[in-house]
Amino acid sequence: MSSPSIPEAASTAAEAPLLELRAVAKRFGARQVLKNISLDIASGEFLTLLGESGSGKTTLLRLIAGFEQLTSGEIRMSGERIDTLPPHKRRVNTVFQNYALFPHLNVGENVAYGLRVQGAPKNEIPGRVAEALGMVKMTEFAGARPSRLSGGQQQRVALARALVNRPQLLLLDEPLSALDANLRKEMQAELKALQRETGIAFLFVTHDQEEAMALSDRIALLRDGSLEQAASPREIYAHPATAYAASFIGQTNVLRGEVRRGIVTCGVLRWPVDDADGEALFSVRPETIRLSADGKRQTHEVKFRGSVRRQIFSGASELLEVDCGDGQLLRVRLAPCGPLTGEHDFVFSIADAIRVGD
Amino acid sequence: MSRKSPTRRSPLLAIYAVLVFAFIYLPIVVLILYSFNRDGVGGFPPRHFTLDWYSQLFADGSIWDSVLNSLLVAFGAVALSLVLGLLAALGLDRATFPGKTLFRRLVLLPLILPGIITGLSLLMFAVFAGMQLSLLTVFLGHGTALISVATTELFAGLHKIDRAQEEASLDLGATPWQTFWRITLPNLKLPLIAAGLLIFTLSMDEIAVTFFLIGRDNTLPLEIWSRLRRGMTPEINAVSTLIFAVSVALIIIWYRIRMRSMGSDAQQLLERP
Amino acid sequence: MPSASATDFVMYSRAYKTAVSAPPLLWVALFLLLPYALMFAHSFWLVQDGVLVRHWNLSNYQRLFANPLYVEVFLRTVRIAASVTLCSLLLGYPLAYYLSFHSGARKHFLYQFVIVPLWVSYLVRGYAWKTILGSDGVLNGFLQYFHLTHEPVGFFLYSPFAVVLMLTHIYTPFVFLPIYASLEHIPRPLIEASQDLGASPRSTFFRVILPLSMPGLLAGATFAFVLSLGDFLAPLLVGGSSGTMIANIVQTLFGAVYDWPLGAAISVCILLITLSLLFLTERFEKRWSFK
Repeated sequence: MSSPSIPEAASTAAEAPLLELRAVAKRFGARQVLKNISLDIASGEFLTLLGESGSGKTTLLRLIAGFEQLTSGEIRMSGERIDTLPPHKRRVNTVFQNYALFPHLNVGENVAYGLRVQGAPKNEIPGRVAEALGMVKMTEFAGARPSRLSGGQQQRVALARALVNRPQLLLLDEPLSALDANLRKEMQAELKALQRETGIAFLFVTHDQEEAMALSDRIALLRDGSLEQAASPREIYAHPATAYAASFIGQTNVLRGEVRRGIVTCGVLRWPVDDADGEALFSVRPETIRLSADGKRQTHEVKFRGSVRRQIFSGASELLEVDCGDGQLLRVRLAPCGPLTGEHDFVFSIADAIRVGD
Repeated sequence: MSRKSPTRRSPLLAIYAVLVFAFIYLPIVVLILYSFNRDGVGGFPPRHFTLDWYSQLFADGSIWDSVLNSLLVAFGAVALSLVLGLLAALGLDRATFPGKTLFRRLVLLPLILPGIITGLSLLMFAVFAGMQLSLLTVFLGHGTALISVATTELFAGLHKIDRAQEEASLDLGATPWQTFWRITLPNLKLPLIAAGLLIFTLSMDEIAVTFFLIGRDNTLPLEIWSRLRRGMTPEINAVSTLIFAVSVALIIIWYRIRMRSMGSDAQQLLERP
Repeated sequence: MPSASATDFVMYSRAYKTAVSAPPLLWVALFLLLPYALMFAHSFWLVQDGVLVRHWNLSNYQRLFANPLYVEVFLRTVRIAASVTLCSLLLGYPLAYYLSFHSGARKHFLYQFVIVPLWVSYLVRGYAWKTILGSDGVLNGFLQYFHLTHEPVGFFLYSPFAVVLMLTHIYTPFVFLPIYASLEHIPRPLIEASQDLGASPRSTFFRVILPLSMPGLLAGATFAFVLSLGDFLAPLLVGGSSGTMIANIVQTLFGAVYDWPLGAAISVCILLITLSLLFLTERFEKRWSFK
């Protein structure tokens, strides 16, 4: 059983992290929702907390915002402990899932709220509000009531309301989940641009792994309250630490096999490895498997023969389910090739068989 | 969600409903009619239209004294009930403390207990505390009994507030106190007005509890009551009609306000994606 | 284990929340709990020679149950309260049903019509019945005018009949409210499903609608029964001597007949009946609520 990869600091490894989570745990009654999470967030980083519902990602966000309290562990921001501070004293702002705009205030007043309650100089407020609304392209709605806005518009106002306070860290709790698909893609691009522009660190929560890969500098994958892996999207995709990480992010084939004297055997598949004897799990991405035209394999490749059970065409590619005869159904992604019948030869590089933990 | 009723239209039921409505409104209609009748109460049909009883009413000093007394008590009761009711609703909605269930039941008890019980127990308390019966004791009685109404209305109003709004306020740097004044209370504006109207109306009409706590100064219902003991006069019809008219106006305003406070929620829900 | 400073944060918000509940808690303890306790205590004391003696005993309760007059009045009160409850339900339930299922677009308008009289003065409505039911009253005048009777009918006023009539009038809207609320809560797809499965409207009513409206029905019935049980104004207005109810006895015991302990004893009995009914309906409701 391999351990999850050590959380890395972002590319600017020399700087001290903005936010440090140390052994953070949270229990609700008998249920341990978060177990021993340690994670760093660097300034200006776009970090996504990715996980299924129940994985604890929203709870972690709320702990950082201050709406829940730790059972144990520490949260530090710029070196100082913040987990003992109430939410209104933390330099962190949240964009809520349902926006939570104040219905009795108009858009401008909503955005100005944080500045007002913290006693910003009165003459500064209109300017900063206008700046924030400009960033989210909602300037002409300043006098409107939230109830008159569409979901996408409300979400921008919620963003502006948070950003106007120039927080060091912005928490976003599944902000795009209530939007329809097209609007979502649009907002994803805008959010990314906004983050680059402002240089504020974003901690983004989602269950959608495509969204996570598209937006993040780093992804922190949560599973059942534990940190499964934290790395950049490319890193996680190419070198998933566990079978779960491999399956959750993108698609994969998880091969279970046995290593004996330098050879691993997974059903009909065999190839040489550098590992000790014992059970082993491997992840092979569908797009790394290809049709072998001549049925020959090279030394660095693994070959197998199988019959195509299912074929799903999705425009840019085809996904095949191939029966290898040993009970394994391998998924293979190919460029569009027309319907395939009968048995075919497939190959993949040994280098593309990534050893993963359980 | 206005769907056509899936059950068959039933004319019998409609007729029955009309009859029930008639039963509910009949006595009041009679009352109003006869307040304009020269021959006073009784007999059929009412023959001569007159406004004499109303002019007699307006000249009656002691009635207006009692109206003033009622108003004093009512405004006091509104203030007291709303403040304590708001705190009670907040506590019941958000806090946990030992004895919370007992507290909740106790607060709501005067709603369902016959007025005589609440009235008599407060009377015993007044005697025990050495208090003279007066408008003050009436005020205490109304205020205490009507906390239950305020608590119920305000609790429902609190429930409707999206908790995330208060979290958002804290998140943006407002202290809990600021959050209460800027976010929670404005969201309760409509329920507060609605509760206030209701408590005012109930206090103006209250008899059962007042009966046992009244001193020398009468409230309006008790003034009417004491006159009734002495004999019926159509003047009472007139004042009753006026009370009815004012109550109806207040209740309709209350209902509209309540619908608006729930309606704006519905509208918000509709506008969400 | 939370550290010391984390505990401070907990106390900060918990103390704030609890402090909010303190004023109403204190008020309720002082002006509700204490008075009820006083009443309870009084029921165990005595009046000797016109003076209250705080000598603890059960004689009040013994006198209560031994006195045939009190027992008779009490039974009459229960009969009246039961009649009022029954009649209010018979009037209120169909009205609620009609409004909920058959009134279409006019639903809100009609609803206002029902609740308006609910809050209009008890006294006004009671007085209205008084003017209608008397021998010189409107009803008798009406009957004689149309030659349906030749003499005034006596039992309309100053009888248990009048009390039941007046209280039914008062409490029908009270009963209507919770029934209407629970009918409105029934998801319409359930009714459609019942019909889809072959049940006639009558069958659907008894098997689906009625059971699901039980909580509202029980709440309304309890309300009407308990409040009628303790009513003393209706008998004074329209009840006469044959329509006296138990609360009137309490009233005189606190008034002309200076016997507070006995009055308190009867009040305690009424209170206990109310509380047990509330307890029972709550239990019943838990069994019947299909969440």
